[in-house]
Amino acid sequence: MSSITVTEGAGSRTTDKTPAGGIRQVLRSIRRFVRSSPIGAVAATIWILLLLMAIFAPQLAPYDPQEADYGAIRQAPSAAHWLGADDLGRDILSRIIFGARITLLVSISSVLIGDLLGFLWGVASGYLGGRFDLISQRVLDVLISFPTLILALLLLVALGAGLTTVIIAIAVTRIPGATRVIRSVVLSVKENAYVEAARMVGVKPLWLMLRHIAPQCIAPLIVIATLNLGGAIFAEAALSFLGLGIPPPAPSWGNMLGGVLAASFKPSWWLVVFPGLAITVAVMAANLLGDALRDFLDPKLRQRLD
Amino acid sequence: MTKYILNRLLIAIPTLIGITILIFLAMRVLPGDPLALIMSESAGSYVLSDEEVAAARASLGLDKPLYQQYLEWMAQVVRGDLGSSFWTKEPISALILRRGPITMQIALMAILFSWLIGVPIGMLSAMWRNSLFDYLARMGITLFIAVPSFWVGLLIILFTVLVFTWRPPLSIVQLWEDPLANLSMTLLPAFALGLGLAASQARMTRSSALEVLYEDYVRTARAKGLSDKLIVWRHVFRNALLPVITTSGLALGGLLGGAVSVERAFGVPGLGTLLVQALNDRDWMMIQNLVLLYGVIFAVINLLVDLSYAWFDPRIRYE
Repeated sequence: MSSITVTEGAGSRTTDKTPAGGIRQVLRSIRRFVRSSPIGAVAATIWILLLLMAIFAPQLAPYDPQEADYGAIRQAPSAAHWLGADDLGRDILSRIIFGARITLLVSISSVLIGDLLGFLWGVASGYLGGRFDLISQRVLDVLISFPTLILALLLLVALGAGLTTVIIAIAVTRIPGATRVIRSVVLSVKENAYVEAARMVGVKPLWLMLRHIAPQCIAPLIVIATLNLGGAIFAEAALSFLGLGIPPPAPSWGNMLGGVLAASFKPSWWLVVFPGLAITVAVMAANLLGDALRDFLDPKLRQRLD
Repeated sequence: MTKYILNRLLIAIPTLIGITILIFLAMRVLPGDPLALIMSESAGSYVLSDEEVAAARASLGLDKPLYQQYLEWMAQVVRGDLGSSFWTKEPISALILRRGPITMQIALMAILFSWLIGVPIGMLSAMWRNSLFDYLARMGITLFIAVPSFWVGLLIILFTVLVFTWRPPLSIVQLWEDPLANLSMTLLPAFALGLGLAASQARMTRSSALEVLYEDYVRTARAKGLSDKLIVWRHVFRNALLPVITTSGLALGGLLGGAVSVERAFGVPGLGTLLVQALNDRDWMMIQNLVLLYGVIFAVINLLVDLSYAWFDPRIRYE
């Protein structure tokens, strides 16, 4: 009992090591975030709901997303099929719910991989400088020299279409942007007196990067990753729409839009509207959350990102 | 200035070489043998005999060591010889000349749209800050930045088909051949492509105009009694527009990528459609040279953007 009161007293300002204190601290910063940006809080809620939808897809979806029902072909939205059915009679709502699994998996993991690599590269490039930095800059120039979608297409040719390769291809397109921003943050962090002091007392470069430089880049990293989510969803949607991303019959929000307006049919609006709405809502929420996190965590970042 | 230009040009050279190396590696080393891909793709319909495989391999130069293949490819590209389609034997440069202008036209028109829509909205939004207009404009901006352009395209087609029972035409007509037919094919894709860009241009115009509005020289202009109209036109508008113009160059590269899916949505036979077709057909010389074309165009645009920054903002040259 007494130990808790002690940590509370000592840890209210600095870091609190007990689990309960840690949770309390997290809750406190969440409350601060919600108060500073209600829109950001709404966006975060939307993403939490999307994640829950993806996780509990089998429980939530009224139908099997891949099961054809020839009695329901191109059925308009009705009580049985809330968002209608596609040209194989598959339920659109169920496909969107299951599609969230693939779309979120692809976007989140590609952003995690790409931005983490960009983070490490940016820290190393900014801190080490010199020849390594120079060569890194030229390599990044090459990666930036391709429109995102074209670079992803090129990588997919090399790797072959599939879930993992789409993730890798999109991850690579996330690297240059993250690296550049992190590098510029490192360049200014490096000038701080405490970094100089650490170097003076003989801290090894690797430890200095990890212990003194990298933590300063965490906030920018979180912001970039959130803002990158939207771009990753866009990329997945476009690739799958082109038939070069997630192969059917597994549903993703992008491949559901492929071929929906084939000339031989009278177009069915529900096939076009709903998957696109899902993409738009997810991207918009990610962007709003990213903006809110940026203003909350690191207002200075605004100049670097805009 | 000359020194800056020379410096920037020198940096562009390793970038261009890097582009070719990246493409070459992606096309040859990673999948193993491009011919294996072609064969596995066509395995169901047509099986190549051993001699045909050997002949195809030799005709593609695959029997030679990698560095030699790379150098030969470079020699061809420098001579302007882009080879021909593996399946139809059509020369690739002719295909590019036929389809390239359509894509370029759509991308440029998209930029024009984005200026016409985005800049006025951004300016007004900044001048009437926190008004109802500003509020609505910011909502619109947030929405349209998050809308995939190919989906906008699909919605437009859906609308025209359902309401007017009209579909955009699909044949290639250049602007100089039949302006009306050409525009009826390119106008809507350009609009779909430009809408998202318009939103981000509006956002950028708004934030840079807000910045300029609080600059000392604007306060000075106001203090010496210039009319609001004159201040906005002479001082704010001009300076706020700089980032918009220079980033439009960068946006052009993004639009070329985005145009691939928008072209697909509308069925426009442009460069993007050609690339997607080549990817589906595993027509790898075509893929290789088309991707190279995209890379080179984008690299050149980056170069021009950097130079234009220096041109507009002399401070950059001395860094």
